[in-house]
Amino acid sequence: MLGRLTWAAIPFNEALPILSGAVVGIVILAVLGTVTVKGWWPYLWREWLTSVDHKRIGIMYVVLGLVMLLRGFSDAIMMRTQQAIAIGPSQGYLPPDHFDQIFSAHGTIMIFFVAMPLVIGLMNFAVPLQLGVRDVAFPVLNSISLWLAATGALLINMSLVIGNFARTGWWAYPPLSELAFSPDVGVDYYLWSLQISGVGTLLTGINFVTTILKLRAPGMTYFRMPVFCWTALASNLLIVAAFPVLTAAFVMLLLDRYLGMHFFTNDAGGNQMMYVNLFWAWGHPEVYILILPAFGIYSEVVATFSGKALFSYRSMVWATLGICILSFMVWLHHFFTMGAGADVNAFFGIMSSIIAVPTGVKIFNWLFTMFRGRIVYKTPMLFSVGFMVTFVIGGLTGVLLAVPPVDFVVHNSAFLVAHFHNVIIGGVVFGVLAGINYWFPKAFGFTLDERWGKASFWCWLIGFYLAFMPLYQLGLMGMTRRLQHIPTPSWQPLLWVAEAGAIVILCGILCQVAQIYVSIRSRERRLDLTGDPWNGRTLEWSTSSPPPAYNFAVLPRVETVDAFWHMKRTGRPPAEPTYESIEMPRNSPAGFVTAFFAVVMGFSLIWQIWWLAILGFLAAITVVLVAAWSTEREHEISAAELAQLERAR
Amino acid sequence: MTIAAIDSPQTAVPTELARGRGGGGPAPKRVVVAYGFWIFILSDMVMFSALFAAYAVLSGNTAGGPTGAELFNLRSVFIETMCLLLSSYTCGIAVLSAERRDPTRLFIFAALTFVLGAAFLFIEVTEFAGMVDKGAGPSRSAFLSSFFTLVGTHGVHVASGLVALVYLVAQVAAKGLQAAVLRRLLCWSLFWHALDIVWVGVFTLVYLMGA
Repeated sequence: MLGRLTWAAIPFNEALPILSGAVVGIVILAVLGTVTVKGWWPYLWREWLTSVDHKRIGIMYVVLGLVMLLRGFSDAIMMRTQQAIAIGPSQGYLPPDHFDQIFSAHGTIMIFFVAMPLVIGLMNFAVPLQLGVRDVAFPVLNSISLWLAATGALLINMSLVIGNFARTGWWAYPPLSELAFSPDVGVDYYLWSLQISGVGTLLTGINFVTTILKLRAPGMTYFRMPVFCWTALASNLLIVAAFPVLTAAFVMLLLDRYLGMHFFTNDAGGNQMMYVNLFWAWGHPEVYILILPAFGIYSEVVATFSGKALFSYRSMVWATLGICILSFMVWLHHFFTMGAGADVNAFFGIMSSIIAVPTGVKIFNWLFTMFRGRIVYKTPMLFSVGFMVTFVIGGLTGVLLAVPPVDFVVHNSAFLVAHFHNVIIGGVVFGVLAGINYWFPKAFGFTLDERWGKASFWCWLIGFYLAFMPLYQLGLMGMTRRLQHIPTPSWQPLLWVAEAGAIVILCGILCQVAQIYVSIRSRERRLDLTGDPWNGRTLEWSTSSPPPAYNFAVLPRVETVDAFWHMKRTGRPPAEPTYESIEMPRNSPAGFVTAFFAVVMGFSLIWQIWWLAILGFLAAITVVLVAAWSTEREHEISAAELAQLERAR
Repeated sequence: MTIAAIDSPQTAVPTELARGRGGGGPAPKRVVVAYGFWIFILSDMVMFSALFAAYAVLSGNTAGGPTGAELFNLRSVFIETMCLLLSSYTCGIAVLSAERRDPTRLFIFAALTFVLGAAFLFIEVTEFAGMVDKGAGPSRSAFLSSFFTLVGTHGVHVASGLVALVYLVAQVAAKGLQAAVLRRLLCWSLFWHALDIVWVGVFTLVYLMGA
């Protein structure tokens, strides 16, 4: 009846998961209770859960990413603490079984449920505004994407108290991830939560490629698009081209595990290295899916806060597209030690080094943008400058790792861990935090507190260097990654420095919580009535903060790159334009309800409750088919209504 | 009358902006929907290419089990292929009938398409069942795992295409040939033709080269 699910699935004898599960449970109950007591459900349902407005969906993605950041970060600080104390005779406080789940969950969560939702959330919020249009190409699909991402996040958190998570590392290499060596539900949690959220990501990719290529304000030719839109385009093209490979690889692993097939098994002709190849054929583009939008954010921020047009817009675009293509030609550098031979390794080593060229072009463009600019060091700009310094270090260690002989030495070491945290924290996380600080006033109509923002920046920056520079050194000293117990006592001082760094980053996160809290409390004093708090250059700043549901009553006419800057220079459009009736998408519960059944389906597949899995699947499909039946997805706002709405603002 | 004429652009495009370089403002819905669907098909092709790659890597790994030459019956595969290719033809006529606002002809050719697609699936399932009976199921060897997965994924696509066809014909019956329904029908036909292309790959790489 309930498949593999029994009371034994809940680890009552382990204090840590039960305690953290209880805390999370209490927080969730408290939130739900507050919402119920205050009677907010109708509002939440109407304005958020069923919303297809790209701005709302973007905000919800960012909230999802920030909540999951807390989860992923608690995993991080637990690992750092274990490594700092489990030295010599001490075994620390995390047994291997638990430690292995934590490092697997940390990587999986940080990539798929922190970085991806944050990046996709900011693209959702900003891209249609920057393009000067009213929504994405497929608004209901967008809502389905969001809720499928939330489904994956929920499933992965369920593994905390019901059953366990994978102990295979975040890439779940076979044969370890095969049934023979991981017979319990851990890998199934991994696979199904990523499969389901992956469908959502793919739909996002399709949606944004179509939006950016087919829906732009009149006059916005390709080379008048803001750079963030270009990078979002490149990133979504990569999603469309890379995520199906991951889906296929996971399908094969699932078939191995569920139907006894032999894609990656040790026996009957399976080939483990094929999984590794397929995984990284997705995995390397994935890092550019994350970093390219961050590059776009830096481009917007640096130009805005330097009061200058971006230096060499065209080279920035070509560098973006160059990285987009090159990112598919380097995947083998993740496993030089596979033994593909010197010529293959040399090819991939050279291709990997070449990526540094377009990236270098970008760095110089940002520097030249700042050169002789009127630089204003607001929080987003601080994160951008911090990024430039930090990312160059990460890029250089990346070029080192791209040299196959060097890679053979430091492969799988703490040096590698330091490298990719260097580029992901110094690149993606700083970019996302810059983006949140930059677009927050646009989203909510008031600015974020600068003091707490700057404090969080300094904590993140100093904390990053303290936490990861020692890991570079430890890697060179021979420390491999994922050690539950440290055999060499002489590594302890550096591990304590890293632990201190993690605590400083924790302070950074707390500063951000304080920043949001303080800003909300004092929002009356920090209202942004102009819609343009930073003296912005692109179209999102030409509408009010927060923008109306339809973004622009009249679609802006674009005559140049930095369209809004140009409009400010040449005089704004007439005060009372002629309004025409517009069509806006209607709210739809399809995304939320589909995701509900996707949770049911995913959970039952993990626990092999077949009847419920079939029911969940059929219900999810039925919801989609019912939603797709309607041909009246838009409601019209007449010209008179629009004029009235605009005057009321 | 073409679909372009049925579903006219919602925003008037000023001519000076419409020339080249994509400055003409938001594209009409017909273009947006079809374009998005093309991107979806592209992503589906990428997934199939991963499955093809897996088959190419594993096709020799029979682990002492039967090879393709021992298992494939080219005669039935040929009939299967003809069913699918012919269904693409009837699908094309069905869509043309829809564009001409001729629901009767649309229903007849949609039904023909359905029958041909179902025949294809029937032959495929029969082939699979026969192989499993002979002890050559997907868990016998890596070759058979990749064979069943590649061909089976295509089969699942055909099956969902048939479900979608019934669903869309029901929409036409209930709502008539309005612009939104026509757009969906057109997207469905893109999907159906794409499955043909994948099958040409399967037929060549799996059956012809394997037999």
